[in-house]
Amino acid sequence: MPSILVYLLRRILQAVPVILLIMVGSFLLIQLAPGDAVDALVGDMGGADAAFVERMRQEYGLDQSVLVQLWRYLVKLAQFDFGWSYVYEQPVATVLMSRLWVTMLLMVGALSAAFVIGVALGTLAARRAYSLTDNVISTLGLIFYAMPSFLLALLMILVFSVKLGWLPVSGIKDIGAFHTGWRLWVDIARHLVMPVAALSLIYMAFYMRLMRTSVLEVMDLDFVRTAKAKGAGGRRLMFHHVMRNALMPVITLLGLQISTVLGGSVVIETIFALPGVGQLAYTSVIKRDLNTLMGIIFLASIIVLVVNIVTDMIYAWLDPRIELQ
Amino acid sequence: MSATPILQIEDLRISLPAGADRPYALEHLNLTVNAGEIVCLVGESGSGKSLAANAVMRLLPEPRVHVSAGRILLDGEDVCSRSEAEMRKLRGDRMAMIFQEPMTALNPQKTVGWQIDEVLRLHTDLDRKGRKARVLEILADVHIPDPASACNAYPHQISGGQRQRVMIAMALVMNPRLIIADEPTTALDVTTQKQILRLIKEMQAKHGTGILFITHDFGVVAEIADRIVVLRLGELVESGPADQILNRPQHPYTRALIAAVPALTPPPHKPLSDAPVVLRASNLRKSFAARGGLLSGRRNAVVAVKDLSFALRRGETLGVVGESGSGKTTVSRIVTRLLESDSGEVMIHDRDLIRASRADLRSLRKDIQMVFQDPMASLNPRKRVVDLIAQGPIVHGVPKAEAHARARELLELVELSPAAADRYPHEFSGGQRQRIGIARAIAMQPRVIVADEPVSALDVSVQAQVLRLLADLRDRLDLSLLFVTHDLRVAAQLCDRIIVMQKGEIVEAGPTAEVFAAPEHSYTQALLSSIPGRDWQPPQLSVA
Repeated sequence: MPSILVYLLRRILQAVPVILLIMVGSFLLIQLAPGDAVDALVGDMGGADAAFVERMRQEYGLDQSVLVQLWRYLVKLAQFDFGWSYVYEQPVATVLMSRLWVTMLLMVGALSAAFVIGVALGTLAARRAYSLTDNVISTLGLIFYAMPSFLLALLMILVFSVKLGWLPVSGIKDIGAFHTGWRLWVDIARHLVMPVAALSLIYMAFYMRLMRTSVLEVMDLDFVRTAKAKGAGGRRLMFHHVMRNALMPVITLLGLQISTVLGGSVVIETIFALPGVGQLAYTSVIKRDLNTLMGIIFLASIIVLVVNIVTDMIYAWLDPRIELQ
Repeated sequence: MSATPILQIEDLRISLPAGADRPYALEHLNLTVNAGEIVCLVGESGSGKSLAANAVMRLLPEPRVHVSAGRILLDGEDVCSRSEAEMRKLRGDRMAMIFQEPMTALNPQKTVGWQIDEVLRLHTDLDRKGRKARVLEILADVHIPDPASACNAYPHQISGGQRQRVMIAMALVMNPRLIIADEPTTALDVTTQKQILRLIKEMQAKHGTGILFITHDFGVVAEIADRIVVLRLGELVESGPADQILNRPQHPYTRALIAAVPALTPPPHKPLSDAPVVLRASNLRKSFAARGGLLSGRRNAVVAVKDLSFALRRGETLGVVGESGSGKTTVSRIVTRLLESDSGEVMIHDRDLIRASRADLRSLRKDIQMVFQDPMASLNPRKRVVDLIAQGPIVHGVPKAEAHARARELLELVELSPAAADRYPHEFSGGQRQRIGIARAIAMQPRVIVADEPVSALDVSVQAQVLRLLADLRDRLDLSLLFVTHDLRVAAQLCDRIIVMQKGEIVEAGPTAEVFAAPEHSYTQALLSSIPGRDWQPPQLSVA
């Protein structure tokens, strides 16, 4: 078997106990909070008699002990059955799938924007270190770095939607416009501009700072001097010799931050009323929709683990000295 | 010969930024390199020799450090007045450079082939096939065994000597008029150094290239120089044909430098056979687990030291010599138990260091102390010198006031001013720092000092002083010295007996004079014949 497959297989096998631990831990943690789905339901109904509540609990299996509930859940999960969402009256898998793409667009958009722009600005700042350009970039970086994303989001809504009217305030598409084809995608893109910007700016600032330091460091290394002595200069020197080597710490950080980006998307989706997984998580907590919440946690863990494996592989691809094992 | 020299440096001055220790890194430098000539630029650290090289290539960190006067002519044309774009065309094409440390001088993310190919891509119109052929040709030229597979290798996958060959191939691929070699063999083992020096000479003879060779090592100079230029603190002190400078130096500084080169004459044999043994190591073994995948099943152990035994007598200096990877440093770490050995014993007055308990180990360590290679890295930068020296004795229960008083005395013993006590390591020069390292070691009043390459990071003149100090302390304090070094000249000067190691084993051992005069093992013979400048006997000079 090629070593890359062996490596992947091993990483996936290692991920299984990690996921199991996360699921068991989350399940027990959620049980620690007072109240359950029936309480939330009854609360919404404006109250009900005790016999009805009791019958509901039996129907949902909530009258069993926590361990029995956990066991039942895990057995189903092993068959990739995420259960039924009492709030959405649909299987959890269906609910998740209908919302996953929004979150994915948001995250991939935010991370790529942060990475590409951050790396470019960081490199530019390093090449012109201590100049006016560098000072402007670094100061802007500091501002974005220090600004909470929810504040940034609200400011952007105020400026670009309310005052200027350039971009839609919330949602993922114009309801009632019934766009199709490329018009639909343009519409979605317009709705995503502000959420992506609000989520990505802080990471952009991170990558910019890190890339600047890293490029400055690499530019002082011996092999860059060798490249100069060969007659290389300008773009060739930056791309082939400096940037590729300087990217390594940025990629490490990117891999580590994937979980915080996921967390950040909960806030952003809630503010911009995007029908994504983050917003779903928020409502599931409020409505005590245990199955949906567990499904989200499962999905999130998978995303984080996959991204980590992918970053390790990118790392090995960029640096031949690192062997996957 | 045609009239115009390849390189002419006229009255060159390089300015340093305000606040540096001197206004000019170099002043009034005059130097000429003719076709087919090797000119050695010799100087100690801080002499400005590397800056001169970078000035020719116009690779100075401008504008902080820049050429402020004089001319640099390449084939009669001024380099200083050229634009950066014109310089890029010259670099790699008509002048090329070879650097000291081939590991860091090659891009770790690109294959060897790619890196040589880059020069061709920059300076020729050859197509992919033509370039590939040329890369293979030049790799064969520098005697890389399997050019085709070397092409696809990354720098970390080939040996240090091969890497330096790749650097040379990269410099030669355009047949430049001038090659600047900045300490190209300093980081290499002697046997490799010999091959690389031979290669440089061979290539130079073949192509008639002019070479500006920068080095601090007079052995290397004696090996290859046609003419020599000696620098001190940015000033040219003496220049002339190799024979004249090496054998009849005029300037006091050149004389001092040459006098400091350790002669290849071992010390007179000392009658040590009846002195008591202070340290006896027997059957030491150490292997390291090699890197390899859990599932790949390739986890072969690398044996660093196999079945090694030796005895160190009181007042004796035992040299452990060998090339990198021979296991000599592992030995020094095992006998101080900074590294756990797999088996064997190290007896210091009837107590086994290897199997000593934690408490015993602490008291045993008093008897055996280390001096490390890099005094900057091995002294805590945030502690005062007096604290550094007194730390050991205080740990072993000496009252603080007494330990401090003793530390100040020790500074005098290692020929430092007592005022040094309250300063920090970074305020000292390399040689002074190594004196502090030695004072720290003898503060514990040990019987044995293990010194791992203690003078390798130092300039020759400083090296000679530190070696003299070590020998002097050994005699005065009746110490025994286990002296690990790769430098056979240094070993010849200091060691009473030597052990020659290869691949974790002793291949030859005996009194230094005997081993040097009549080496028996082929490896020892190879080592000795590789010492640069072995045919040159430094003249006996009286140094004012």
